[in-house]
Amino acid sequence: MSGRVGVVTFPGSLDDRDALRAVEQCGFAPVPLWHGSDTIDDVDAVILPGGFSYGDYLRAGALARFSPLMADIIKRAEAGMPVLGICNGFQVLCESHLLPGALTRNAHRRFRCRDERLLVESVDTVWSNAFTDGQEINIVLKNGEGNYVADAETLMVLEAERRVVFRYLENPNGSMNDIAGITNERGNVVGLMPHPEHNVDPLVAPSTDGRGFFASLTNFLSRVAA
Amino acid sequence: MPRIIVDVMPKPEILDPQGKAITGVLEKLGHTGLSVRQGKRFEIEVDQITDARLDEVRKAASEVLANEVIENFTVRVEEAQ
Repeated sequence: MSGRVGVVTFPGSLDDRDALRAVEQCGFAPVPLWHGSDTIDDVDAVILPGGFSYGDYLRAGALARFSPLMADIIKRAEAGMPVLGICNGFQVLCESHLLPGALTRNAHRRFRCRDERLLVESVDTVWSNAFTDGQEINIVLKNGEGNYVADAETLMVLEAERRVVFRYLENPNGSMNDIAGITNERGNVVGLMPHPEHNVDPLVAPSTDGRGFFASLTNFLSRVAA
Repeated sequence: MPRIIVDVMPKPEILDPQGKAITGVLEKLGHTGLSVRQGKRFEIEVDQITDARLDEVRKAASEVLANEVIENFTVRVEEAQ
């Protein structure tokens, strides 16, 4: 079972090409999507890639949220389509209110770029079901505004509903509760700051743990098709 | 043209790393005891100030100019110079 996975290019996206390449390397048909289109093509899932959409003007992800294509993605995501937001894509998902909370400037004020050890805290999502509960994975991280914040009630709900999907083992940016990635109630939308699309090819990555995200999607799509 | 001003500030409980950095530089320059928080100011020109216009700006501030998860905003009319 393969499928078609769309990757959105906003003005200022950086990792859209890497994401398309990872999609292809993991056995899916890559579909480039342009932010100015009115609708997404016939795709089974969408990735919002890393970068600096709209130059991070106003706030990271704030303007991308209002692009024509995002209106359709928000509608489809609310209806259950799998969406993965990576780094800037995570920021766009929070600004779109598909995920709660916000990403703010790193507490230590420095850009952080390193291999990051994460704990898989929930395997009950479209994008993490191929991992095992409590598995330690290694995914590269690179951001200046990855500090996850939410009010106390939101954090309580996220923890109680096991919607923290990935947690940092060594918090790189000050994120509350060491949160690296979260999901929505339904488990079809996941956002995280680290970059799984950079961890699929042994030639350029110390781990290929990013493949687990795509294996999870494969599992999900074949279950839906069955 | 009359102006409506929207001020956006990080909520008090949200860490403001930019403000902290500025506070640090000011201290180095000898301006001690100045604790800075950094926000944004939007100047919006309109043909005429009406209640409807003010409501519209409040809506725009809530939807776009501020992210109310992390920021507060105020809307006011700039006094004529």
